[in-house]
Amino acid sequence: MEHEDIIKELGKEKLIGFYTKMVKIRSFEERIRFLFLEGKMPGTIHQYIGMEANAVGVCSALQKDDVIASTHRPHGHAIARGLSFNEIMAELYGRTTGCCRGKGGSMHLGNLEKGMLTAIAIVGGNLPIVVGMSLAFKLMKQNRVAVSFFGDGASNEGSFHESLNMAAVLNTPSVFVCENNQYGASTSIKKVMKIENIADRARSYGIEGVIADGMDVIDVYIHAKDAIEKARKGGGPTLLELKTFRFCGHSRRDPGSYIPKEEKESWQRKDPINNFKKLLLNEGLAGEDELDDINNLIEKELDESIIFAQESPEPAPEDTLKDLYATMEVPE
Amino acid sequence: MILSIAEALRKAIYDEMERDDKVFHIGEDIGIEGGFGGAFTVTLGLEKSFRDRIIDTPISEIGIFGAACGAAVMGMRPIVDVQYGDFLFCAMDQVANQIAKLRYMSGGKIKVPVVMRAPVGVTGRGSQHAQNMEPYFLSCPGIKIIAPSTAYDAYGLLKAAVRDDDPVLIFEHKLLYGAKGARKEEGAIDASSEIPDEDYTIPIGKAIVRKEGKDATIISHLLMVHHSLQAAKTLEKEGISCEVIDLRSLWPLDIGLISESVKKTGRLFIVEESPKQGGIGAEVSAQIAETIPDHLISPIVRIAAPNTPAPFSPVMEKFYIPQPERISKEVRKIIEEY
Ligand SMILES: Cc1ncc(C[n+]2csc(CCOP(=O)(O)OP(=O)(O)O)c2C)c(N)n1
Ligand SMILES: [Mg+2]
Repeated sequence: MEHEDIIKELGKEKLIGFYTKMVKIRSFEERIRFLFLEGKMPGTIHQYIGMEANAVGVCSALQKDDVIASTHRPHGHAIARGLSFNEIMAELYGRTTGCCRGKGGSMHLGNLEKGMLTAIAIVGGNLPIVVGMSLAFKLMKQNRVAVSFFGDGASNEGSFHESLNMAAVLNTPSVFVCENNQYGASTSIKKVMKIENIADRARSYGIEGVIADGMDVIDVYIHAKDAIEKARKGGGPTLLELKTFRFCGHSRRDPGSYIPKEEKESWQRKDPINNFKKLLLNEGLAGEDELDDINNLIEKELDESIIFAQESPEPAPEDTLKDLYATMEVPE
Repeated sequence: MILSIAEALRKAIYDEMERDDKVFHIGEDIGIEGGFGGAFTVTLGLEKSFRDRIIDTPISEIGIFGAACGAAVMGMRPIVDVQYGDFLFCAMDQVANQIAKLRYMSGGKIKVPVVMRAPVGVTGRGSQHAQNMEPYFLSCPGIKIIAPSTAYDAYGLLKAAVRDDDPVLIFEHKLLYGAKGARKEEGAIDASSEIPDEDYTIPIGKAIVRKEGKDATIISHLLMVHHSLQAAKTLEKEGISCEVIDLRSLWPLDIGLISESVKKTGRLFIVEESPKQGGIGAEVSAQIAETIPDHLISPIVRIAAPNTPAPFSPVMEKFYIPQPERISKEVRKIIEEY
């Protein structure tokens, strides 16, 4: 299908929805960056700036009862999956109203009721679990799909290879979404991989490997939808590689000095939000005012979530002893 | 010269690599130009001097530890960096099944001189970047375990580890590194020392008395040494004299030095940042109870983290880590009672 036809088919509402979700992620990340710089927020963060099209494209193709699993960089996934600013912000502040009641923090965001497993900060750690979640769907004859988000770096972990092969032979309804942002922490993927496309690794396991443009939310959406629907129909797993980039450091404390300027600039020209905004305007799908209104609403929602988080109760110190076992108290 | 722990470790690695071209360092993000020098700056800039022997790897912990194991068996002297101790679990087969056991299974014919560097400590990052996993390895025969709380010890112990013919696991504390600039840790404690310009090592298996005292023996390692010393200072003002022992080596344990102290004070407190469940305190107190029970005038007290993973929220985190106030309270209580 041509891009134009696709735009027609998706329709204005859906496209504005993509835009809104992407801006939500960008604005959230920009805002908490300042909160950190001002020393108002505890902990550490790994941000998603530049990668918004990935989470939004994939999550928009999911049904309500599908499940995603995320990584140490989960803010974008959480917002795209529909967790509220309030529950995310409060979690970053370590408050009882956070999605993990202050036990998880930035690297473990999640809310299973909303289709997102508690994020897993061990690189490559979520892939085997996604095999298991989708195996459960298959065994329980539920028409659901499980999606793993992970990075280029994670595809060098043994768990990646074991998971793809297992998902293949068990024919589970899994989708493995590799967000190839060209770096694992400070390490260029070129230094640690002899192949150009991570998607090629799918062939070794007899499953389909697909590449999409991670800076183009429509391209991500279309390819994700194909993979998800295929999985839902019993067609088995897919490895979907999204070519993307982060416009921020690996973590809050990383100025990103190892990234060549030209590389960064060439990716910044592909900014998924700027370009999508241009498309909406050029196609006459939205006016400047309309988009400004969306941005303003999001800023307001963010303001409110910060107040919500800051005014939410801190856990009691002894709450440390809660939530470990389902069947007993923590023994002395 | 005065060095932080991160700098002292860096100098030890540099000096050992210069002394012996069999020594190499392997790990993720350790020698990237414009990068961090490992997660905590320890290897910063070393690649400029030893490009071939500072080996950056894919994110593949089994691969990294296995490669170190194989290279060691063939006569090299690898040092492995694991970014966060928590990721040792990803490499656990190579660590616990191979590195720890190969020599034994070969009937003593093989040597596996691997040094494994693992940062630990609860530091605002949530449950998977926080574990003090020393006790897991305390129950793994075949590995020596060291844990420096000062830069002086860090230098001497790491050098001893590199020269040791057995696998050595060195636990380093995130709050003690003294990393600077953007990578400075919140709540860090100054553990820097004067490092003499000489080739010294510190023997593995030897604890040290950090403060002498007569009423109670407090033993600990890494960050908890600093917390224990603070507690001892408070107690001193109240007329309670504590002897503070820094274990430095967790395996082998310097049970001799601990026993001497307990014979003198009659009271034993073990402070650790890991959960109490199956901890170092359990091992030490069992050994003391087995060997010199008659010297104890009060029950042994273990001051440890709760039997849970580390929580994220700062409020809970503060409760989780044994604080100096908690240590002095526990000591005071026992002294008043017995
Ligand atoms: C098993 C494991 N090893 C190392 C790390 C430290 N670490 C955290 S993120 C990261 C880089 C991950 O790269 P990638 O998978 O490409 O994800 P990205 O950060 O680019 O989103 C590393 C090495 C970890 N969290 N888990
Ligand atoms: Mg990456």
